[in-house]
Amino acid sequence: MTRVKSFRLGCAVAALVGVFAAGALRPASADTLADIEKAKVIKIAVPQDFAPFGSAGLDLKPVGYDIDMANYIGAQLGVKVEIVPVTSANRIAYLQTKKVDLVISSLGKNPEREKVIDFSVPYAPFFSGVYGLKGESSAKFDDLAGKTVGATRGSIEEQELTKSAPASATLKRYEDNNATISAFISGQVDLIATGNTVAAAIAEKSPARKPELKFIIKNSPCYVGLNKDEPALLAKVNDIITKAKADGTLAKFSEKWLKAPLPAEF
Amino acid sequence: MTYQMSFGDLLPYWDVLARGLLYTIILTVVSTVTGLAVGTAGAWARSFGPKWAGYAVGAYVELIRNTPFIVQLFFVFFGLPAIGVKMTESEAAFLAMVINLGAYSTEIIRAGIQAVPKGHLEAAASLAMSRLETFRYVVLKQAFMKVYPALSSQIVIVMLGSAVVSQISAEDLTYAANFVQSRNFRAFEVYLVAALLYLLLAIAMRALLRGIGRALFPKA
Repeated sequence: MTRVKSFRLGCAVAALVGVFAAGALRPASADTLADIEKAKVIKIAVPQDFAPFGSAGLDLKPVGYDIDMANYIGAQLGVKVEIVPVTSANRIAYLQTKKVDLVISSLGKNPEREKVIDFSVPYAPFFSGVYGLKGESSAKFDDLAGKTVGATRGSIEEQELTKSAPASATLKRYEDNNATISAFISGQVDLIATGNTVAAAIAEKSPARKPELKFIIKNSPCYVGLNKDEPALLAKVNDIITKAKADGTLAKFSEKWLKAPLPAEF
Repeated sequence: MTYQMSFGDLLPYWDVLARGLLYTIILTVVSTVTGLAVGTAGAWARSFGPKWAGYAVGAYVELIRNTPFIVQLFFVFFGLPAIGVKMTESEAAFLAMVINLGAYSTEIIRAGIQAVPKGHLEAAASLAMSRLETFRYVVLKQAFMKVYPALSSQIVIVMLGSAVVSQISAEDLTYAANFVQSRNFRAFEVYLVAALLYLLLAIAMRALLRGIGRALFPKA
């Protein structure tokens, strides 16, 4: 490498570093909401690999609960929605680097994430629970006494059941979600503990044995993620979600994608 | 390599593993005895039975010996409920193992039957022994004696193959190992211990079968 070339490279690197430094020095509380309204477009990160929240549709464009939610928020803001497919590993990085304005990607809340981003009010139910056929009555762990419940070994709901179900309840632990689904559809068990998305998949595959929610084991709803120090945007998004919940829009999404009404606890 | 072995993490689960081991032993013994009975009947049908029975058993043997055991098991457990035949996982595991061993032992015992010299059958006939007596005293005993080592191997194979029943939530040794692994994530230790238990079980079974063989066929 010649000296001139390496000098040029050095300049380029220095310039890049300068750009990043300038970016970092920008005032922290930029008003993204104003930017969105000015540009008439909002960029929203959605999942592409997590049905029914977001997966590739027949035309390879993402479809799902999260995409409907993204479009709804865009419509309420009166701006165009730019859908950005992300994975669960990079969705927060997309937000932090301002490649997107919002993350609507079946995002759960936890303390680590709360340190780096803000969360809206919940927009989608996401939980694991005990499901059974219509007519089966089990409203709490104690009601499982003497009954047989299937679950996927090692899952959160299986561990909770092992801990909390009465001793007279029989637990059938299956290798993976597919075996648990097969056991329920074939009638080997009439109760299963599983996630609401798995229950939705069963309801879709086997309407004759539609699983109904009996009670919730662990609730971790999905939130819209946005950058910290965006009070205007956060308030606006919360308003929109609250309104969607009140006017039945969320209930409609839930029926459409999760094949179940919004749970009472939501 | 920074993995720290910790077999102590298995201790709280020793009863789970012990129950799994017991389940595997009981399942193996019960399905071996029943499976050999099925195999003996099958071998009789193919050697001396009516033609249609021979064909039926032949079809059964080919079907079972040319399909994977796990598929047979899934068919019994997940498939049969569709036509109203619902079994618990233990019943399904037992049935699938009997069907499987029945097919293999049919062929093994039939080989033993074919090795019985024709002259012995003629001698039995000239002694006015009934067909049942001939089969019981002349054919079967010799046949079992000849194929006893092959049969013993097949029984051990069936015992090891029974690990598959853990997939339908039958609580055998492999199920227990999987369960413990899902709780303490000590995969190396758990599966090593499970493998050793299977090894011990196989050695014990071979010794037991050899003892039974000596008692049954003192001259051999």
